Amino acid sequence: MDINQIEHAIKQHAPSKAKGVNLVMAFVWGGGIGLAGQLILEGYMSLFNLSFQQAAACTSMTFIAFASLLTGLGAYDWLAQHAGAGLFIPITGFSNALTSCALEAKSEGLIYGIGSNMFKLAGSVLTYGIVTAYVLGIIRMVIGL
Amino acid sequence: MEKQGLLGGQLDVVFDEIYCGEKTYEMAERRLLSAAVDVMLKKGNLKASDVDCYVGSDLINQLGTAHYFMKHMEQSFFGVYAACSASTVSSALCGILIEGGFAQKACAFASSHNATAERQFRYPNEYGIQKPDTTTFTVTGAGAICFSNQKSKIRLASATIGKVIDFGFKNVNDMGSAMAPAAFDTIMTHFKNTDTSFDDYDLVITGDLSKVGHSVLFDLFRSKGIETDAKLSDCGLLVYNLNEQPVFSGGSGCACSMIATIASIFPKMIKGEFKRVLVAATGALLSPVMVQQKDSIPCISHCVVYERTDL
Repeated sequence: MDINQIEHAIKQHAPSKAKGVNLVMAFVWGGGIGLAGQLILEGYMSLFNLSFQQAAACTSMTFIAFASLLTGLGAYDWLAQHAGAGLFIPITGFSNALTSCALEAKSEGLIYGIGSNMFKLAGSVLTYGIVTAYVLGIIRMVIGL
Repeated sequence: MEKQGLLGGQLDVVFDEIYCGEKTYEMAERRLLSAAVDVMLKKGNLKASDVDCYVGSDLINQLGTAHYFMKHMEQSFFGVYAACSASTVSSALCGILIEGGFAQKACAFASSHNATAERQFRYPNEYGIQKPDTTTFTVTGAGAICFSNQKSKIRLASATIGKVIDFGFKNVNDMGSAMAPAAFDTIMTHFKNTDTSFDDYDLVITGDLSKVGHSVLFDLFRSKGIETDAKLSDCGLLVYNLNEQPVFSGGSGCACSMIATIASIFPKMIKGEFKRVLVAATGALLSPVMVQQKDSIPCISHCVVYERTDL
């Protein structure tokens, strides 16, 4: 069998990627989350008399809790199929990665299940987040000298 | 999902939820399998001990479903791993056992569960990632076929055991395309060995290539100048209603070709619509570890021919 022939056939039948639709959906969902975040932030600041930093942390927590809840209810993966990067990139994606892994490992118990598997997907975000922060911190310190 | 699909009405047992009344997905898959074997024994008016040897397969590591199920059966058992080509390889092995006189009755079974396969080969079930349209959807189900040395309406006429084919394809989200060359190779080998062609069959059906892989296979035949005469089909297109159900490119998994064979092809053969059918189940033999090490996806396809004995 000719490999070129196979590859040609595969290329021909690859479904056209709906890049345009994905872009628009990601923009709408990502933008929507940003807008909702801003409103919640302003709301927390004026309703509970919080400082900007306190309110910002509370806003993140709100999204984390909400995404986690939706994951548990089984609605998140359906939404994510449509929203794509719009839900994946904001903190909702991180929350979903943790919750979905924890849910999946529930049947193996608290220690070997949830405990060791919860960071299976989100682990690399944390590892490289911390490493990057460390490296950039040193660079900043050196430049600041 | 399978109940609302195209085979919905023909399935013997259906469960309304994905846990099938069990605590975990793994136990749910075992429940499906035991329901399938129970129905098979009941239909054949058999006891579990009447079957000399069982041959079974699934997708879980260490063939978890098959082995944990068989501990209750106390009968000889061959566990075979052949990814989604399980249905035909276990059927072929049953044929060999009976033909060789090693068993009078042998049972082939295969099962898969969407949630157990997802977590083993892809991501956690609730993980929100956008899946491309080439993805296939693992069928949740199980099927069992009993073969015997006594004459019945349908017989297993011949089989070809496939070769492992790897042409360096690496996209795990497009198993259909990965497996199409393996199906092509096995079907062509079978035609050559048995001196047959599409003309000799009423249907030539592949296991779980689904929409994309099916088109690729069709092109491969055409590029060799072989006309398929609308006889080429795929089990992955038979299980679900692709236009209405969110299954991307179609069904896949061990159960896909198994339940399509039992619930769609056999009834049509008994009615006399088909006299001779070639089933070529296809399997992507990937290991998640090897794929992460940037290795490609080896695939295999085994085919069996079922034919009416009396027509």
